[in-house]
Amino acid sequence: MSNVADAAIAVPESRSVTVKSSPRPATGAWWRHLLGLLALIWALFPIVFLVSAAINPAGSLETSSLIPKHMSLANFHTLFADTSRPYTSWYKNSMIIALSGALGSVFIGACAAYAFSRMRFQGRRPGLLALLLLQMFPAMLTFPALYLTFANLGDVIPALGLNSIWALILCYLGGAMGANVWLLKGYFDTIPKELDEAAKVDGASHARIFFTMTLRLVMPILVTVFMLSFVGLFSEFLLASIFLRNVDSQTLGVGLYTMTIGNEKNRLFGQFASGALLASLPVVLLYLGFQKYLVGGMTQGSVK
Amino acid sequence: MAAVPASPKDPLQPLRLGTDNTPWWAHAIKWGLLGLILLAGAYVIQRVISNGSWLGVVITAFIVMCVLAVYSTRRAVPMKYLLPGLILLVTLQIWPIVYTVSTAFTNYGQGHTLSKEDATARTIADSVQEIPGSERYKMSVAVKEGGDPTTAELFMLLVKPDGTLHVGSKDGLTDLAKDGVEVGGTGKITKAPGYTVLNAKQGNARSKDLDALTVPVGKQGGLKAVGLSQAFEGAPTITYDAKADTLTQVKDGKTTVYVPKNAYWSPKDGGQALPTGWKENVGFKNFSNLLTNETIRAGFLKIFLWNVAFAAISVLSTFFLGMLLALLFNDDKLKGKGIYRSILILPYAIPGFVTALVWASMFNQDFGLVNSLTHLHIDWLGNAWAAKAAILITNLWLGFPYMFLVCTGALQSIPSDVKEAAKIDGANAFRTLRSIIMPLLLVAVGPLLIASFAFNFNNFSLIYLLTQGGPFNASDTSIGSTDLLITYAFRLAFSGASPNIGLASAVCIFIFMIVAAMSYSGFRRTASLEEIN
Repeated sequence: MSNVADAAIAVPESRSVTVKSSPRPATGAWWRHLLGLLALIWALFPIVFLVSAAINPAGSLETSSLIPKHMSLANFHTLFADTSRPYTSWYKNSMIIALSGALGSVFIGACAAYAFSRMRFQGRRPGLLALLLLQMFPAMLTFPALYLTFANLGDVIPALGLNSIWALILCYLGGAMGANVWLLKGYFDTIPKELDEAAKVDGASHARIFFTMTLRLVMPILVTVFMLSFVGLFSEFLLASIFLRNVDSQTLGVGLYTMTIGNEKNRLFGQFASGALLASLPVVLLYLGFQKYLVGGMTQGSVK
Repeated sequence: MAAVPASPKDPLQPLRLGTDNTPWWAHAIKWGLLGLILLAGAYVIQRVISNGSWLGVVITAFIVMCVLAVYSTRRAVPMKYLLPGLILLVTLQIWPIVYTVSTAFTNYGQGHTLSKEDATARTIADSVQEIPGSERYKMSVAVKEGGDPTTAELFMLLVKPDGTLHVGSKDGLTDLAKDGVEVGGTGKITKAPGYTVLNAKQGNARSKDLDALTVPVGKQGGLKAVGLSQAFEGAPTITYDAKADTLTQVKDGKTTVYVPKNAYWSPKDGGQALPTGWKENVGFKNFSNLLTNETIRAGFLKIFLWNVAFAAISVLSTFFLGMLLALLFNDDKLKGKGIYRSILILPYAIPGFVTALVWASMFNQDFGLVNSLTHLHIDWLGNAWAAKAAILITNLWLGFPYMFLVCTGALQSIPSDVKEAAKIDGANAFRTLRSIIMPLLLVAVGPLLIASFAFNFNNFSLIYLLTQGGPFNASDTSIGSTDLLITYAFRLAFSGASPNIGLASAVCIFIFMIVAAMSYSGFRRTASLEEIN
């Protein structure tokens, strides 16, 4: 299939230039699929192992295998029936922490970003720079101080002591403003200021503009920040393990960890696997459903 | 001309055509919330006062006043949006940093949690011994009426040998009015107005609290419970000499003088120190221990080197695999890219704790999947080098999807004309990759690689959930072969035989400095900082 135009230009390697436009079927792609298949096996085998351990009726580590021989939901029944390991409480705690922590982070971050993006006030630039500097000190590194502070606070206000998920949420919110304000402010800056001014002329107060107009316009970035916070809080382990010592107030991470240590870990493996599988569901579904939002946020500097 | 409306006084102020039509419920919510905050503040202050912490009162009052000042007036509009985040930032991020720094210069830890005064008072109270020949009180244990028998403060209801009635608490001994008090057959008080007497079972459950209760009597004496129905009045065997700053113990006819040494009361002539120590400033001792103490330094250096190696190898391995996959799938004609991408994202989507715990099971020596598939019998988590390999393999699995996604994005943003230009110039595929694609890719993902390094440098949950920092050397159980600095600090603070929060804080500050140095190098390169608008 010769091309008159190509021949006329007489480029030495005309084939390579026209390769894009030619409707040649991707016959050379089989090796890509072969390597892709290898990558899929590497990515999937631990997950397949987890699933088959969860549905393995014998329910111990010795009898687990990559491909399940029998199937049953026995492990799930034991998981929910085990009163000394209250899985449903753990699930509830994790969801409360991740949901309210993420909502709080988004709200605090959005408020701060609105002020930094829309208003001019003294200390604005130093404030922004200070927030950037503070980000260099990860909050989890202050765990000795947080532990001591909340152990003492618990003597005064029992609802905010150790073993309280609300104290833990408060701890997570401490870094909320610094963590997200730059990402949010960048997006707020792309919304034309003329819209605010038009609303102001119509007599809307700053609060009305913020709650009824700006928040709607920046919804995509709010969704991104919400999900990144949710995923991060759902998986957080260090502070949760220091704060939550009571078996009833633990999160999924801390609770599942206690199932894998000690003498009973081999016997409990099936129960653990079914619990771990269910624990993975919220985050995995979020990732698959909202890939675009999360990937967009990840490339802007957030690392799990 | 006369029809032109009068111009506004201030031409810079926009014309306000409408009126402020904020709905009534918005005002209601605002004032309702402010009222709630005021109530909460009052509750906290009342609790703090009963606890005797004046600093707490000042802090709470200050926060509540800030909230009122900012939200009840029309001024300080930017502050209305910044205050919630600011309060949380100061109390829960800046304060812990300051507190960590100050703790790093103390010996805070097991046996060193009290101030010197409190520790001395505790030592003296603990030394109370029954005066031989004195008569015992009849005692019942009670809580204030309406208090929870399992947690409320304990009181001793006492009948003195001479028949008078008293109430003892940690604050002292007071008389009990006779009206309404019932005394049972054993001579114990069974009922008293304002108090709930605990039964034997409830009392037993509180025996630990009861043992800790000493009712101060006179200057240095005290009442202590014996079992659940008697109490004795005793005198301390230890006295404090404030002038010489010594404790003197007279016991069994022997006199021992204790002097402060290493934050403990130690006998002047050497020997066993008294158990209650106190918190004191130790200056740079924690830091100098990390750098000069032979045993601590060797372990600390080992952990530091592995920490850097772990973070570097993790970033490089995940980046390499992720980039290869991104290049593999970066072909417009390839079918099913969406499916590949959705499946390859799964390892990253699964919560980190699940990944670490599942891989820990797969690395089990006897029943684990890894050994059974490869027909090896490696003690993955028991051998120092195998454990390191296990951690790196797990982190490769966990982290490559992130690099894959990031590289895919970066590759797609490379303009196709530079690639075509390379082809026209006669570059082959490898040359294009090396000289065109790689440099552009690295510029795009470079900052993310640094961020990933900083994250892995403190990847606590992976290490802790996979190996707990182990395997541990039999000769020195404080240093694990796969410990990161942060897992080391965590164990120092919480799970060792004698927790040492002071030293743990010093390690945290060391990590701070490393992370700050890394971030600073990235910080300087961010040219956009110059143009904040």
